[in-house]
Amino acid sequence: MAAARALGDDALVLAQRLGEWAGDAPVLEEDVALTNIALDLLGQARTLLSLTGDEDELAFLREEHEFRNVQLAELPIGDFADTTARQLYFSVYQELLYAALADTGGALAPLAAKAVVEVAYHRDHAEQWTLRLGDGTEESHRRMQRAVDGLWRYTGELFEPLDGLGVDLPGLHPVWRERVADVLGRATLTVPGGPDRTPWAAGAGRQGVHTEAFGRLLAEMQYLHRAHPGASW
Amino acid sequence: MTAGAQAPSALEAELIRLVGEVPDPELPVISLAELGVLRGLEVLGPGRVRVELTPTWTACPALDTMAADITEVLTSHGMTEVAVDTVLAPAWSTDAITAEGRRKLAEAGVAPPRPKASGAAGAAGGPVALELAIRCPNCGSTDTRLLSRFSSTACKALRRCASCGEPFDHFKEV
Repeated sequence: MAAARALGDDALVLAQRLGEWAGDAPVLEEDVALTNIALDLLGQARTLLSLTGDEDELAFLREEHEFRNVQLAELPIGDFADTTARQLYFSVYQELLYAALADTGGALAPLAAKAVVEVAYHRDHAEQWTLRLGDGTEESHRRMQRAVDGLWRYTGELFEPLDGLGVDLPGLHPVWRERVADVLGRATLTVPGGPDRTPWAAGAGRQGVHTEAFGRLLAEMQYLHRAHPGASW
Repeated sequence: MTAGAQAPSALEAELIRLVGEVPDPELPVISLAELGVLRGLEVLGPGRVRVELTPTWTACPALDTMAADITEVLTSHGMTEVAVDTVLAPAWSTDAITAEGRRKLAEAGVAPPRPKASGAAGAAGGPVALELAIRCPNCGSTDTRLLSRFSSTACKALRRCASCGEPFDHFKEV
């Protein structure tokens, strides 16, 4: 169930990041949208992690190196352009992944078939904002380009083969590139040209190697449960 | 009543009716039967019953409340051991909402979901269906526009009517 753990961690960690926008997004509708997307991801995480153990123990009591999420999911939210760029990269990936996973008929297929429809809304949301910011003002264009460029080196990791998944992840990479390039093109943005991996990342998040920011994310996410074990409201 | 099982017994039919009448916790105008989230009910022995429930959205927070409400109704009708299991497959779709359910949603000011075109929204990697006009539940105008794909709950989008100016929720298609 290494695959369920990895995908569940992606969803959990990104949900936590998106939750940071609550009360802080540029407009009220985006507060609601980003936290709705976070809630969808949390639902996926609960289902996936429950396949591999106790969801609360897995979320609140594991150490940094025991998480198997990709580094893209854990990076700080940055500005709204950074969040939009990550949502674009991640939701296009997740939609392709879940569509393929739903066809495998394996243990993760029911969740994938259910979630792919929800993720279509996430992708659509990210796409609309990419178009609006990329093809917007000079300033929004500049920041959106900076964001897609800055996150590009974390995208290669999404397509590392995952044991037991039953989906050819490297095979999805060209389709992902095509779809992302299409959106970026329509948004008058340039497709980043640099390497899609950080040179020092080894196997990166899937091997439990995480960025510095991840420790602080876990501190916030796990504090309450560790300070007051079993707390509920 | 689980898929492939025999026809429900008289007791099962009665319990299915009772459970079906439980109101949705978020949208109490519509019942669980009208929402189409009940997947099965099986009496396993004297006082023992198992219910299968499917979530509208994967993370729907109303699911726990639904399970609690179902348990309460069944225990007040003599059941002593109630299990409510969540099933994901086949995935719930807005097409499972009954005609009566759609009518009640509209009456309560929530634009009901449109019937899904095959291949829309995700399954085939296709775009989210947004082409058909959505009618304002207040004045009936079809001149409405999307404010946000996400609204007060996961299952709804926020729109505004250009004719009467009212914002309203739209039960979005999945």
